[in-house]
Amino acid sequence: MIPRAIAVTFMLAAGLPAQVSWERLLHPEREPQNWLTYSGGSFSQRYSTLEDIKPDNVKTLEMQWVYQARSLEKFEATPLVVDGIMYLTEPPNNVVALDAKTGAIFWVYEYRPANDARPCCGSVNRGLAILGDTLFMGTIDSRLIAIDAKAGRPIWNIRIGDPKAGYSITQAPLIVKDKVIVGVAGAEYGISGFIAAYNPASGKEVWRFNTIPQPGEPGHETWAGDSWRHGGGSTWVTGSYDASLNTVYWGVGNPGADWNADNRQGDNLYSDCAIALDADTGKLKWYFQFTPHDEFDYDAVQVPVLVDGNWQGSPRKMMMWANRNGFFYVLDRTNGKFLYGTPFTKETWATGLDESGRPIRAATATPTEAGTLIYPGVQGGTNWYSPSYSPRTGLFYIPSWQDYYMNLAKMPAEYNEGQRYTGGAPRSPVPTLQRGPINTWTAENGSGAVVAMDPNTGGKKWQFKMTDVTGSGILTTASDIVFTGGREGYFYALDAKDGTMLWKAALGGPIAMGPITYRIDGRQYVAVAAGHALFTFAMRQ
Amino acid sequence: MKFVRSSALRALLLAVFCFGIVAVAQPRYLPLDVENGSRLYRTNCFACHGPDGNSIPGVDFHAGKFKRVSSDEDMLRTIASGVPGTAMPPTPMNDSSRLALVAYIRSMHESATGSGNAGRGRALFEGKGGCLACHRVNGKGSRVGPDLSEVGGIRTAAYIERSIVAPAESILPEHRFVRVVTLGGKVVTGRRLNEDTHTIQLIDTDEQLRSFSKSELETFTLLTTTTMPGYQDKFSTAELADVVTYLLTLKGLD
Repeated sequence: MIPRAIAVTFMLAAGLPAQVSWERLLHPEREPQNWLTYSGGSFSQRYSTLEDIKPDNVKTLEMQWVYQARSLEKFEATPLVVDGIMYLTEPPNNVVALDAKTGAIFWVYEYRPANDARPCCGSVNRGLAILGDTLFMGTIDSRLIAIDAKAGRPIWNIRIGDPKAGYSITQAPLIVKDKVIVGVAGAEYGISGFIAAYNPASGKEVWRFNTIPQPGEPGHETWAGDSWRHGGGSTWVTGSYDASLNTVYWGVGNPGADWNADNRQGDNLYSDCAIALDADTGKLKWYFQFTPHDEFDYDAVQVPVLVDGNWQGSPRKMMMWANRNGFFYVLDRTNGKFLYGTPFTKETWATGLDESGRPIRAATATPTEAGTLIYPGVQGGTNWYSPSYSPRTGLFYIPSWQDYYMNLAKMPAEYNEGQRYTGGAPRSPVPTLQRGPINTWTAENGSGAVVAMDPNTGGKKWQFKMTDVTGSGILTTASDIVFTGGREGYFYALDAKDGTMLWKAALGGPIAMGPITYRIDGRQYVAVAAGHALFTFAMRQ
Repeated sequence: MKFVRSSALRALLLAVFCFGIVAVAQPRYLPLDVENGSRLYRTNCFACHGPDGNSIPGVDFHAGKFKRVSSDEDMLRTIASGVPGTAMPPTPMNDSSRLALVAYIRSMHESATGSGNAGRGRALFEGKGGCLACHRVNGKGSRVGPDLSEVGGIRTAAYIERSIVAPAESILPEHRFVRVVTLGGKVVTGRRLNEDTHTIQLIDTDEQLRSFSKSELETFTLLTTTTMPGYQDKFSTAELADVVTYLLTLKGLD
């Protein structure tokens, strides 16, 4: 019998693309020429071992092809690249299969979401998952659709939540063994969040974990009265998986109502938590709550980055997490134990973290009717934008907003199905400053920066500052390059060791996704979306 | 014509400003919200409600007349959800945008009219005031300062008065001037139009559009002061009212 990995290698060598087996998804390091999952691997490090593009030749990068999305919505999707084929979503929910070498289109699957869809913050989609010959996409009207990767035709289409009540899906699903795992958005509409696993062949639900504990479930007591009913706890960014622990890790969003916590006294579990679930059953193994009783909309929806390595001299299975609340955390992912936490940007809502990692709340940091100034502002010190970890440098790279704050005005919160349930309005203290194509933003209202954190010391090793803020993900490579962008539309290659700018390209629109790299016919490519187009670069030949 | 001492006028303006706030019982309105709201109004509301907010029978924003809403919360909800069975659709926008829209709609009532004479105000603006030396209105005047062709649609009377009397206190960050010194030692000053990490764009004092790469500059400084003089000692109370009344008539080309 031929071992599967060898069989795959043989098939690839023979030019016959193999199906994307779970084995392949589990070992992305064996095929760095591809980008098979949203975060580039189940550990979600967004680190590639490709190293043809190096600091000393990166200046020869030039554009190879551009794909213009037929959509004016924000382009947040990370593409997949499978054996020369790129699979991309264009917002809100079209899927495109392209020749990753030329940008030529094989097929387009056009899905029109129902008019009931009401995604809180943009009709966006962040990407796909693939297993076998099937792609999986969540939609803004809260459907999960299986699509034939070769024909571009739907195989099944199931309802995950009620779009009229505010449920939507914007994230890329996660494949774990024989399951498709997906979470929902909608805390701004007072949904009751969950993560659920589905059979990839049938779409049948296999398990579901309620991120807002229902009556009788542990944690229900952390919600006063009936406040749990519309407790939010959305799960709108893709999680990670550790096969050695058979554990799925996911971030949970804010409690509802966002900025008026009067009716929900208590810690409001599992809002703003990292949660660890048994991959086979969905049962909770542990949780770690970053922001108990959140009044600031500090979703813990960042991608959990898993790292095996030494932490302060001892081998550890770690989880690294730069949180929207402004703190960078290192957790032991076997048990959720807090190892380290420190701010990576200015924050005023907590005076620090105690020994267990629980924040010590600043007494005056609470929303009021007159408005309260709080750092970081509502978009957070970071947000859903993917960070990266490089095993070579040992640094954790964060797309961050520095010195950024908000004036948080509390307002009454009354739940009406399908209407926003936020209980306030965060406003910039300098409201007319513009960002984007026209930028009159000034340092007095914050700036963007890529921050390189040393997880062992919590210190900032370096930072690369930008005038405007950044919503771009980060890619690191084995040649010690950091690829990233920002709102200004510059696409950067930075030196991963010290943050020196090695190269930049002005792409003319905000970068709001995570760049990827792949290789075809021995040539390394880097792909990044800016504005409403995907740009692909390779070195001059 | 009696001139009002600046401190007394400021106290009066402060009282007017505070009264305006108290009158609508919404301490969270800011002039800047009103401006943002006016832009949102043009995009989302203008087509049905009209430039003066009175195109729908029974609704008149200038008169503070509504069919179904009274509180700001009512208005926020109506903007978000629409009115079933009518042409008013749900409008998807974030909370701060809805708040800005409410601030603007409230300000339409607050700032509907000035108490002076617009014709005299225009003469003062173009003559004694010398305002066109820096500002532009409907194609006339300098482009160096902010264009005022639609100032009446985006500012309240109180805010316009304050801008004339105490411009240093009310200059908006988006109108700041920048002073750059090139590596060759050349000094250029102008109003900042745009900036990113690597470049800066401005309109200089000769009304030329200029773009600089920051790596080619010795220094660049964002000025937080204004070159506009205060008019507290130049206009009488009546003249000030005339100028404000004139500026309130400027609603752009729409």
